Amino acid sequence: MKKLLSPLIVLVLLVGLNAVLPSVLNPYLLQVLMLIGINIILAVSLNLVNGFTGQFSIGHAGFMAVGAYGSAMFTLTQGVPMLAKLTAMGIPAEIAQGALLLVALVLGGLLAALFGYLVGLPSLRLRGDYLAIVTLGFGEIIRVIILNVDAIGGARGLPGIPKWADFFWVFLMVAVVITLARNLAHSTHGRALFAIRDDEIAAEALGVDTTQYKVLAFVLGAFFAGVAGGLFAHFLSYLNPSTFQFTKSIEIIAMVVLGGMGSISGSVLAAIVLTLLPELLRTAGALRMVIYSLMLITLMIVRPQGLLGTAEISLDLMLERVGLKKKPTSPARGGAR
Amino acid sequence: MSEFLQQLVNGVTWGSVYALIALGYTMVYGILRLINFAHGDVYMLGAFIGLYASGWFHAAENPNPLKALLVLLTSMLLSAGIGMVIERLAYKPVRKSPRLSALITAIGVSLLLENGGLLLFGADPKFFPQIIPAHNISLGMGVVISNQQVIVLAVSLALMIGLRTLVLHTKVGKAMQAVSHNHMAASLMGISVDSIITFTFMIGSALAAAAGVLVALQSPKIEPLMGIMPGLKAFVAAVLGGIGNIPGAVVGGLVMGVAEVMVTGYLSSTYRDAIAFVLLIVILLVRPAGIFGKAVTEKV
Repeated sequence: MKKLLSPLIVLVLLVGLNAVLPSVLNPYLLQVLMLIGINIILAVSLNLVNGFTGQFSIGHAGFMAVGAYGSAMFTLTQGVPMLAKLTAMGIPAEIAQGALLLVALVLGGLLAALFGYLVGLPSLRLRGDYLAIVTLGFGEIIRVIILNVDAIGGARGLPGIPKWADFFWVFLMVAVVITLARNLAHSTHGRALFAIRDDEIAAEALGVDTTQYKVLAFVLGAFFAGVAGGLFAHFLSYLNPSTFQFTKSIEIIAMVVLGGMGSISGSVLAAIVLTLLPELLRTAGALRMVIYSLMLITLMIVRPQGLLGTAEISLDLMLERVGLKKKPTSPARGGAR
Repeated sequence: MSEFLQQLVNGVTWGSVYALIALGYTMVYGILRLINFAHGDVYMLGAFIGLYASGWFHAAENPNPLKALLVLLTSMLLSAGIGMVIERLAYKPVRKSPRLSALITAIGVSLLLENGGLLLFGADPKFFPQIIPAHNISLGMGVVISNQQVIVLAVSLALMIGLRTLVLHTKVGKAMQAVSHNHMAASLMGISVDSIITFTFMIGSALAAAAGVLVALQSPKIEPLMGIMPGLKAFVAAVLGGIGNIPGAVVGGLVMGVAEVMVTGYLSSTYRDAIAFVLLIVILLVRPAGIFGKAVTEKV
């Protein structure tokens, strides 16, 4: 029962906020909030690869693009006619739409995961910067292919995707990816990933199947990047290949590094900061991106380990600090290292 | 056949520009293990400084090779200074930090140069003056080369030979090699590691600036974001050749240039940007450390 309680609270909270927010926030703020959600999913999923496993991937925008186009194509070709059928059968439009969106997101995620598997495989042979440049290359190849396939819009982009993703769906996925990453960090599998990051040879000597785990990290990371892409597509209702340029991957990497490698709450925090910062700087006009880049450099010089390092912000820890909760005696407590 | 030869000539010219940029990447990587993402933007700055220098020296009014050379040297010199400032202010403080933090710093510097460029020079393309008027030279068999291409090839070759002499036969060059092997040991031998690193950045930036001026000479539209794609591809070229390896960067650049021109000529220009990466993935799958890279076995 207790196990079911917190997901239930989250669900109720999401449904409640979903009903209230559109009337409280203006459309611009709501859009920024949604982008924050999508960026959190991207940053946490990339953290699984870069922060947890120490595999240097800079092609995350590629996976996002695969998921975005995959799910959008599903919705455009299958989802929309199916919605008509389902509502004709008497199923409420809201529920049918949600179910179809979920299917589209999962399909987009799976397609991205498949690509993640394909990119993960060469990572068995390549290390460090060589792996980085291959993932970067993969992202660019995906973009050029999308640019050249006329059936999915090519350079013109893909318009007319139904706007099904709302606050509820974006933040439901945020909750899912954070929960998954947190549980992974505390599991045997998570420990194996950390071991690979800290010393691959030692991990291998201890019997960790490094190949399997590295590919696992890539597949999981790609899946959620795909889901984020799907949400992005169903939220903006228009896709353009130029969105998924190398600079998008860089943006996500900056979130992971700024938050602290391997820190989930760090990624969340950095995703919020790096999404809000350019928006807040809009008043600065032409100087906006100059200030943004200067701040990025300064932050890296002042806090090279990222905002949170490898630490986590957690409710338990905060309660302990203020003396509301007793420190657990088990040594197993603690975040990702 | 003549078409193929023509493409080859164009490809080698374009490739030698990539090679010049790739050399800077590879030298910095060899010495710091840092992917200097801002390098492509130094190339852009090189072109812009060239533009202003042409104005200062009135190089376009009655063009002569001496003035063009002066423009080139000014751009190289000032860019070397910019390289020094970037290294001292942004990269030196993060030298002891985790490598990814240094990488994000490099990305920050790159964003700063691009957006600073947009602010200073404006977003609309500027026209680089004709400091050397173009005319074509026939090579026979229907192959044509422009005098500008000849200049690009000659200057790149001269710079590469100069760099090789510098690295292999001078005291500074030997110090650079020593630092790239081991910072600690080098400093114990009395080498000032800091100044060698700064010097490497200056050389790399000067080469990138030269590439910028040479490209602007041929395709005179220059804009603040022009460095992103060539920078990325030059980096790929450096990895292709085996990053940290100077001859590797030259070969990688040439392979890349020829491949791109061939794809544009025989396939479609829309696939041009992808070929670089396809080539890269194929080569890395066969030789994981690049064409000339040594496979390093990790020791415990």
